[in-house]
Amino acid sequence: MTEPTATAAAPVKLTRKDFAIEDPKWCPGCGDYSILAQTQKVMPDFGIPKENIVFISGIGCSGRFPYYMNTYGFHSIHGRAPTIATGLKLARPELMVWVITGDGDALSIGGNHILHAMRKNVDIKVVMFNNRIYGLTKGQASPTSEVGQKTKSTPIGSIDYPIRPLMIALAAEASFVARTVDTHIDHIQKVVEQAGRHRGSAFVEVLQNCNIFNDGAHRAFTDREVRDDRMLVLEHGKPMIFGKSRDMGLRLNGLHPEIVRIGEAGITEADLLVHDETSEDPTIHNMLARIYWPEFPVPIGVIRNVQRPTHDELVEAQIGEAVTRQGKGELVDLLGGGETWTVA
Amino acid sequence: MTTTKGHDVPVQELDRVTIRFAGDSGDGMQLTGTQFTRTAAVFGNDISTLPDYPAEIRAPAGSLGGVSGFQISFGSGAIHTPGDAPDVLVAMNPAALRANVRDLVPGGAIIVNSDVFTPSNLAKAGYAENPLTDGSLSSFAVFAIPISTLNAGALEGLDMTSKQADLTKNFFALGVMFWLYERSMEPTLNWIEDKFGKRPVVAEANRRALRAGYAFGETTEIFHTRYVVPAAHLAPGTYRNVTGNEATALGCVVAARLADRPLVYSSYPITPASDILHQLSTYKNHGIKTFQAEDEIAAIGAALGASYGGALGATGTSGPGMALKAEMLGLAVMVELPLLVVNVQRGGPSTGLPTKTEQTDLFQAIYGRNGESPLPVVAPASPADCFGMAVEAWRIALKYMTPVVYLSDAFLANGTEPWRVPDLATLPDLHVADRDPATAFYPYQRDEETLARPWVVPGTPGHEHRIGGLEKLDVLGTVSYDADNHHRMSLLRAEKIARIAADIAPLEVFGPPEGDLLILGWGSTYGAIRSAVERLQARGKRVSHAHLRHLRPFPANTGDVLRSYGKVLVPEVNLGQLRTIIRAEFLVDAIGFNLVRGKPFGIGEIEAKAEQLLGDL
Repeated sequence: MTEPTATAAAPVKLTRKDFAIEDPKWCPGCGDYSILAQTQKVMPDFGIPKENIVFISGIGCSGRFPYYMNTYGFHSIHGRAPTIATGLKLARPELMVWVITGDGDALSIGGNHILHAMRKNVDIKVVMFNNRIYGLTKGQASPTSEVGQKTKSTPIGSIDYPIRPLMIALAAEASFVARTVDTHIDHIQKVVEQAGRHRGSAFVEVLQNCNIFNDGAHRAFTDREVRDDRMLVLEHGKPMIFGKSRDMGLRLNGLHPEIVRIGEAGITEADLLVHDETSEDPTIHNMLARIYWPEFPVPIGVIRNVQRPTHDELVEAQIGEAVTRQGKGELVDLLGGGETWTVA
Repeated sequence: MTTTKGHDVPVQELDRVTIRFAGDSGDGMQLTGTQFTRTAAVFGNDISTLPDYPAEIRAPAGSLGGVSGFQISFGSGAIHTPGDAPDVLVAMNPAALRANVRDLVPGGAIIVNSDVFTPSNLAKAGYAENPLTDGSLSSFAVFAIPISTLNAGALEGLDMTSKQADLTKNFFALGVMFWLYERSMEPTLNWIEDKFGKRPVVAEANRRALRAGYAFGETTEIFHTRYVVPAAHLAPGTYRNVTGNEATALGCVVAARLADRPLVYSSYPITPASDILHQLSTYKNHGIKTFQAEDEIAAIGAALGASYGGALGATGTSGPGMALKAEMLGLAVMVELPLLVVNVQRGGPSTGLPTKTEQTDLFQAIYGRNGESPLPVVAPASPADCFGMAVEAWRIALKYMTPVVYLSDAFLANGTEPWRVPDLATLPDLHVADRDPATAFYPYQRDEETLARPWVVPGTPGHEHRIGGLEKLDVLGTVSYDADNHHRMSLLRAEKIARIAADIAPLEVFGPPEGDLLILGWGSTYGAIRSAVERLQARGKRVSHAHLRHLRPFPANTGDVLRSYGKVLVPEVNLGQLRTIIRAEFLVDAIGFNLVRGKPFGIGEIEAKAEQLLGDL
């Protein structure tokens, strides 16, 4: 068997073109095109030979993503990509493994797997396209659809309260949690790259537009004219400032977040929350994962980025310790172990 | 304790004895049985055992639902089953007596702890009168021993509560049995030292209990005979006693070594398969990776992911878990990766009888997926056979690039028998040949002989490709919705599995190659059928036994064998699943013998059924 390493000694110089393979077959105007293009663009930056990169997906429009990446790819079954990724990573820790999923795939049918892949800190990068609808099955309500949303399966409006995906990721103790938007090209690149460089479980929610079945789902705060005022771009170590004129901010009033205007009522930058993505205490991260338009600006960027040993590292460590303690196991001892007797 | 020479009792030689130990699930009956088994094995008897324990960890003490049993049959000849009816019942309380006495052979011996036959315990067991005194056991030889009292006396002076002391009374009973069957206490004394060496008081208590039981046998005069069962004539070699689950685990480890690839075993806890996970998780210094998944689906998903990465990915479960794995198994069929799925069958449907045995998942294994989804199915025939069949399952999976379903069951999983430790040099080479790098790579280009596709794993430069659950274009492996391609691929997948028939051992017949009756079995019915056929043949009946270890595809000669007998009887612990397939595939009017009771067939039951069919000739 070949034993390649993801971080080859000599950095590999690849370009975006090396990662493109066939023309995508998504609907014209789909947000997925942008996510694909930016992912392909970021890939060469990792310096990893493309044969050591694997994209695994489930079912849904996002599930086609691996077909368009010139790496190893596995288009699996609905919701189960994290399980296959976990097994692959267990067998081959040196590979870089991405999971591409959607809101239905990750949070409905595959909800359990997301929880456990994250809490075990499996070293996989989950990119979840959230369009708040089932697209491939032609327009049913998804776990992130809004209350009252009219879809094919909820003709007079959905009665179900939506999941906040980042809350799930944080609750499951994902060690990297981020949000980005399909139309914010530079931002996606940055977030995908940071996720790729993170060691451990990464969960990235991409707010993605399905222009056929749920057009404009995120438009109220992502449109060019309003986005500066309605989204909060998080940067590690920086105060939480937003607004076209960079004059709005977020601060804590007791236990509650509050929007304030810098310069009014004596408020200065010093009063604002400063983003610390590395904070072990998740209180502020939880708050950022929860606040949303229209009450608050929608936070985008890396919300949480902490380090702890990964699942594959811990597995290898236990094996290493067992070998140190008991010696490398010999098959003859294993088979002839326990109580034996000899018949002549 | 005073030592006496003991009373002089005659010794009778027997060729086979079956003992059942029964008590409350907290009484340590499994341990008692296991200790007796080890001792018999080391002595050189052929053995077969069957534990029988309730699904509840601790049902109310003294209740019928809480009775736990362990049966061992040991002998000087070949022992194929744990025995139909026990010759001896050791019952530690009234409930254990009531639950088991009807199985005892007429005239069999009953050894009870008379101390616990109190009015309240009798009531819990549903006895209106004390069976020890009301004459209802007059057809048996009853030995009522105040085990609790005697044991407490033996442990006097030890720094433990009377309740703690009472926990060792099972070893008193074991000591009695060791005396009765002229067995050495050494293996158990060694075991006590290994197990409790760090807790000297507990170790001493168990030693005293065991020796007190033995001395009781020796000094009292309630037993009039001792029994000796000489060693069996087993083939030369080194032996150990294994359960089916142990042998399955070892088979997987050996297969990985024979293939020179890592083993990744991924599983979700489920009775009666969990012991495979437990065992493999102790093999870390052998590089074995185990993964306790969040659910059954994740367990098979991770196994498939490991296989995708070039490892031997395996998962184990039982029927309900198998139902959950069906979709992922279909994906494994589509992506044509090697994968082992162990189904340790138990009583169903639904949660069914979690601790009892059944053969009711054959249809599920063969047909239980959407689409035309063929895969090989194998079934071991005895606990020791689990080793060889696990290796065989892997041989097929790796050579043909296919998931394989391996149907064990609770009887095999928990039952034990001696296993001859194999010489690794005699096992098949499981290396998967590297493909010739000079030739062009297409993900679904098949080997001409086996129709297997190449196993090119991530990390292989220049061969980046995509696989998945959508239909693949022949050879190229890209997604295809083409009608003719789908038909062709469906045929190819079926043909690949069908070709395995020419690559497996032919169906062997025990007995004359033609005759009045063939008894055809699969899985754990092996022992009962073989024993029944031996008895029938000894009476001059023209009866043969054939046992299927490959259930899909069948060995190539199966039809010929079936057509060589006047009648074909198929005993199964289901309502006729193999029989239905046999009739469909070979147009042979096979007759079913089907009992779904959560327990194995008795030898006598099969014998009687065969006699009935022979009588109708």
